[in-house]
Amino acid sequence: MSELPKDLHYTLEHEWVKKEDDLIKIGITDFAQGELGDIVYVDIDTLDQELEAGEVFGTVEAVKTVSDLFMPIAGTVVEINEKLEDEPELVNSDPYGEGWIILVKPTDPQDFASKLLTAEQYQSKIS
Amino acid sequence: MKFTPFYEMHVNLGAKMLEFAGFQMPMSYRGVKIEHHNVRNNVGVFDVSHMGQFIVRGPKSGEFLEAVTTNNVAKLEKGQAQYTCMTNENGGIIDDLLLYHLLDGAYMLVVNASNIEKDLNWLKQHKESDEIELIDISAKTAMLAVQGPNALQVLAPHTDMDLENMSYYHFDKGIFAGQDKVLVSATGYTGAGGFELYFASSKSETIWNAIWESDEKWGLQAAGLAARDTLRLEKAYCLYGNDIDESTSPLEAGLAWITDLKTDFIGREMLLKQKSSGVARRLVGLELLEKGIARKGYEVLDESGQVLGQVTSGTMSPSLNKAIALAYVNKPYSRVDSRVWVQIRNKRVPAKVVKRPFVS
Repeated sequence: MSELPKDLHYTLEHEWVKKEDDLIKIGITDFAQGELGDIVYVDIDTLDQELEAGEVFGTVEAVKTVSDLFMPIAGTVVEINEKLEDEPELVNSDPYGEGWIILVKPTDPQDFASKLLTAEQYQSKIS
Repeated sequence: MKFTPFYEMHVNLGAKMLEFAGFQMPMSYRGVKIEHHNVRNNVGVFDVSHMGQFIVRGPKSGEFLEAVTTNNVAKLEKGQAQYTCMTNENGGIIDDLLLYHLLDGAYMLVVNASNIEKDLNWLKQHKESDEIELIDISAKTAMLAVQGPNALQVLAPHTDMDLENMSYYHFDKGIFAGQDKVLVSATGYTGAGGFELYFASSKSETIWNAIWESDEKWGLQAAGLAARDTLRLEKAYCLYGNDIDESTSPLEAGLAWITDLKTDFIGREMLLKQKSSGVARRLVGLELLEKGIARKGYEVLDESGQVLGQVTSGTMSPSLNKAIALAYVNKPYSRVDSRVWVQIRNKRVPAKVVKRPFVS
């Protein structure tokens, strides 16, 4: 059974979204990291770029597979988790904490969460 | 959907299952890296019952197999196994397989699960004599690979067969865990040493349970197809459908060592031509020099961006902690230390041609 914090929002692409003041933090869910298996490389090449909702902002590579990461909402990538450069396995061991992936400044701060899933809604999609 | 006799055992061990060649197979149990290292350092058991087995028998079976496989069947003694392949008239690889010489005029072929039907049809089509029997025993045959330095300690307590003195690519058939007619060969697809066991599916539970009686100190764990893939790739063993197929020849794939052009077989003439004119491309090992992982289908480029070929298998090597790949490249670039680039999405990542295997 994978962990699913109630205070986060989720996407159908298995990302979680957390509001931190006027920025949002994005990572992948416990379910997603479990499905991918051992993550060996997180490739984010969109720092400082403004992206639309649904655009690819990077990829996570597991031993066997590569998976695109999609912007949950429109915004500018203002920070990437540099720790993942040397410790990509943090995404496996602590997907909602140390394994966060990017920080985004939303294009429209009012838009946050309207298109995202609650923990209950996401749970029903993966079960 | 097909199931191996060990399906329930995998589910009980909490395996992540996937469909492979029509079978529900375990991809991993505790994680591919853990399983990989455990096979290299201790011992792992793989269910490979999806693989196909055919019996070919009759007085002329040796000659028949000589004519459809690339390796030298006449040299294969009873009690020995041989890695070989079947090629079509163009020298393209129909399948790679293991050939076991069971008895005078009796052989077992072990083929890839995805090619069982194709191989059977090909063999039937070329079997000119009714005196040669071809029997597909895949559905009633189970197969386990017990791989790693402690494999002997796990298996030896359950049999009188002399596994300790069994040479590489030799086999014996006898009683294992009280079950008769169990074939054990010193073979495998991991490069970690160990054995492969073949037996009637009805004996699966007894044999599985006996293997798990192994003393904890030997470190036996189940290992899935994901670890099997990283293990074989570190040893640069070809995977059918990735690194070899009907569009590739054994000479291009680095399988000249199992291609005896002095024997007469289907495809030989094309391969002789290829040999005398030289192959245009070769399967090489690549090591990426910057971050990224080369995956199947990615293009390999030269400095100017000209396409040299394609990646056929790629992964992060758990033993080396480096991204490694197999790729076909045009011949001038197949030399060790050649500098090439791999197109990974929107990036060109530098790589160099390295010696195979990646892990010795």
